[in-house]
Amino acid sequence: MSPSVRLQEMIRVIRSARTQCEERGVIQKECAAIRAQFRQADNGGRSHNLAKLLYVHMLGYPAHFGQMECVRLIASPRYSEKRVGYLGAMMLLDEKQDASLLITNSIKNDLSHSSPYVQSLALCTLACMGSAEMCRDLAPEIDRLLKTANAYIKKKAALCAVHIVRKVPELAELFNTAARSLLTEKNHGVLHGAVVLITELCERNPSALPHFRKIVPDLVHIMKGLVMSGYSPEHNVAGISDPFLQVRILRLLRILGRNDDEASDAMNDLLAQVATNTDSSKTAGSAVLYETVLTIMDINSECGLRILAVNILGRFLLSNDRNIRYVSMMSLQKIVQTDHNAVQRHRGTIVDCLKDQDASVKRRALELSLALVSAANIRSLMKELLLFLSCCPPELRAQTASGIFSAAERFAPSQRWHIDTALHVLTTAGGDVRDEMVPSLIQLITTATELHCYTVHKLYRALVADISQQSLVQVACWCIGEYGDLLLRGECEETEPVQVTEDDVLDALETVLQSHMSSPATRGFALTATMKLSTRISRNVDRIRSIVSIYGSCIDVELQQRAVEYNALFKKYDHMRAAVLERMPVIDRSSPGHDNGEPAMIQAPDKTKNNPVVTLTQEPTNQARDLLDLLGGSDEPAQPSTVQPAPAAPVPDSGSAGGDLLDLLGGLDSIPDPSVTVYEQNGVTVKLRCDRQTDVGVTATLVASNTTDSDITQFTLQAAVPKCVQLQMRAPSGDVLPARGAGQVTQTVHLNNPNKVSLRMRVRLSYCSGGSTCQDTVQVDSFPASASH
Amino acid sequence: MIKAILIFNNHGKPRLIRFYQYFAEDMQQQIIRETFHLVSKRDDNVCNFLEGGSLIGGSDYKLIYRHYATLYFVFCVDSSESELGILDLIQVFVETLDKCFENVCELDLIFHMDKVHYILQEVVMGGMVLETNMNEIVAQVDVQNRMEKSEGGLSAAPARAVSAVKNMNLPEIPRNINIGDINIKVPSLSPF
Repeated sequence: MSPSVRLQEMIRVIRSARTQCEERGVIQKECAAIRAQFRQADNGGRSHNLAKLLYVHMLGYPAHFGQMECVRLIASPRYSEKRVGYLGAMMLLDEKQDASLLITNSIKNDLSHSSPYVQSLALCTLACMGSAEMCRDLAPEIDRLLKTANAYIKKKAALCAVHIVRKVPELAELFNTAARSLLTEKNHGVLHGAVVLITELCERNPSALPHFRKIVPDLVHIMKGLVMSGYSPEHNVAGISDPFLQVRILRLLRILGRNDDEASDAMNDLLAQVATNTDSSKTAGSAVLYETVLTIMDINSECGLRILAVNILGRFLLSNDRNIRYVSMMSLQKIVQTDHNAVQRHRGTIVDCLKDQDASVKRRALELSLALVSAANIRSLMKELLLFLSCCPPELRAQTASGIFSAAERFAPSQRWHIDTALHVLTTAGGDVRDEMVPSLIQLITTATELHCYTVHKLYRALVADISQQSLVQVACWCIGEYGDLLLRGECEETEPVQVTEDDVLDALETVLQSHMSSPATRGFALTATMKLSTRISRNVDRIRSIVSIYGSCIDVELQQRAVEYNALFKKYDHMRAAVLERMPVIDRSSPGHDNGEPAMIQAPDKTKNNPVVTLTQEPTNQARDLLDLLGGSDEPAQPSTVQPAPAAPVPDSGSAGGDLLDLLGGLDSIPDPSVTVYEQNGVTVKLRCDRQTDVGVTATLVASNTTDSDITQFTLQAAVPKCVQLQMRAPSGDVLPARGAGQVTQTVHLNNPNKVSLRMRVRLSYCSGGSTCQDTVQVDSFPASASH
Repeated sequence: MIKAILIFNNHGKPRLIRFYQYFAEDMQQQIIRETFHLVSKRDDNVCNFLEGGSLIGGSDYKLIYRHYATLYFVFCVDSSESELGILDLIQVFVETLDKCFENVCELDLIFHMDKVHYILQEVVMGGMVLETNMNEIVAQVDVQNRMEKSEGGLSAAPARAVSAVKNMNLPEIPRNINIGDINIKVPSLSPF
């Protein structure tokens, strides 16, 4: 066997390799030698070999064959071998490997070793890669070590305990008392570890908070000592005494003081002292100040203190040091929900940061700007955001586009402005707009009835200029299809009209259809638009017919299906074509409670001091009121979103974006059954079929059937609707559902909707099946289109 | 929590990698490559914080880095760590290396990778900051190195020989050797 070459020697050899290939060769040879040496039973240079293996591992070569060697080395009595063995274990092993179980015993023995340095090796390894079982086994040991006299071991044991608590949260109670007693230590390392441990315990287990709130005076005392002490060479960093410990303590104080007046009072003085006395010219001081500000904003601090904090943040924002500016924007982001006005004052600076050359600062400024949008500043801020969109880095474009859309939706001062903004975003960053935006845009356009002409002219121009941006092309095609007659009329008050002929328009659509840049969804849009034009133009209907028949043999199944159906419209159902393709009605927002006034203020669950808590979920004892209350509640604005999301929007899942809008063309004979299944469980199926639908009411029939092998008896339906809608239920046809679908029970309901709110209905079924009674509730959010409109 | 500590040079060659969260080997190399790619693009006068990578732990992480001559020191942390604090920690770590290696340079890190790991172990443990007092760290590392040296192995053989000779207890050399009267009879040899 060749003598074991030292680590440095091997590194030298590897570095002298001139090409990647040469390096690989050298490393393979070395690994082979190492493997052979591992197989030898007794070997003086074992630790060298493992060190070499770890180096090779760092360069990215496989090193798994060293795992067992790590286990052997850890069990060795020599310190040098243990050291490398543990390092190898931390680098190569993790709880998923089998070998990691084998070191549990070694760690256990080493935790009680006479030498503290061996103990510390074991603690370090346990904290890095200890699995849940290992942690459970060794937790009592760690608890014992937390109480030793040796500060070096204590601080390591504290961090090891943090790891244990993370892995096995149930063991948290074990460390509660030990953690508290650690706070009396003088050694900063131990204090630091203790504060980290207590922080972790509090975060894991909120019920421990009252227990730990008692230590607030101790923490305040320690902090005061740090802040007021003079220069101490031991812990000094840039003039601040142990800023790391100060930051940790401030973080813990934040957790303890949140939502607790007593604790917050106890720390008010201290926070004011830290905020005024800390010198922020260097990073260390700024770190402490930054934590102080965040803590002040998060607890129930008094008014003057909050103002002080916001002023400090403002000062940070104007600092020359980029890091501090970045950090101040992060903190402003955290408080923008609660102290909106305070942050608004700095809007100018934030908007300027959008133009900073630093990508991280730009990202922060973007998020902050989007959070600061309000009805008052929407116009000016939107100008800046649109400017940003045209020159922002590519990874931020999607976020900017969707941010602009949601802001415009919430605060648009006029429809024309809203459409202008949307069109601007589409033309600038049409490729980065998310697919879900397309249906909402289309819906927006349909609602702005006076602006159809303007919109379609602008979109046509944009389409002709560039067909690569999918979202833009989709919206443009849809509009051209829908409002093509307005386009061809060639006159428009709002903007310079485009003079086009029918051929030009069809050319444009055909280019989209044939271009390789168009996605399948886009081509679907284009095909449908072409078809719709057949009723809106007079001369080139034959051209449209030929296009449609060509795509009847297209490879794309979706396009083919569409083309075949449209072909059928031309051939067999020509008499229906005009009716089917006529102008669509204005699409209602299908999600109830969607724009209920002010945007939802989403914040930490217990910020109840600002909003009076709206308790809508009082359980009425009267069961019949249950249904109505739950439905009626969703009419109130901004309910905290902890209740079940049932009234939330039933998201129309757009597999092909906007496809379901276009499917409202339904009514062709390919759809035999216009009823919707609203309930299907235990063999009971309930379908809802609309019989008649007018502006102010719906008549529907609920049809229940039974696919099980036995009859279902005592079948009853109850229904509830929102408060402003009136419900009439006719008598059901029966209350027995025969087995195996032999018969059905029908019940007609009539809903009278004079206020034209969006219709919802909650149906409760109860029946007796196989001797047991079942009760179920379903919610019907949308009524299917009726066969005869 | 600190998720990873990476040190690589201006060309992306790793000098020290330490992950505190498990990743498969190829994933580790990919993270190093992506981090290098993100960090090397940065100017020198922009801030030391980077967001927007997608590999480690989803969205809740940022890269805090410092560039010293030929080396990048990158700490990958989640939101529970103070960003400015980590910047200071990197500085403390580098100063500790400086003390331990006497004017540390890249070659020191290359050839003594294991020693750098041991020093790092005294600063960060299990992804959490353990000790920030430079003197304390250096003292502990010294003790451990001495322990390792005292155990020996081949490299300590000369040192052991020297110390063995030093400790050898030579018995006192007697001054007066009294052999006594020896009557040595010299045989008379006949001349040639």
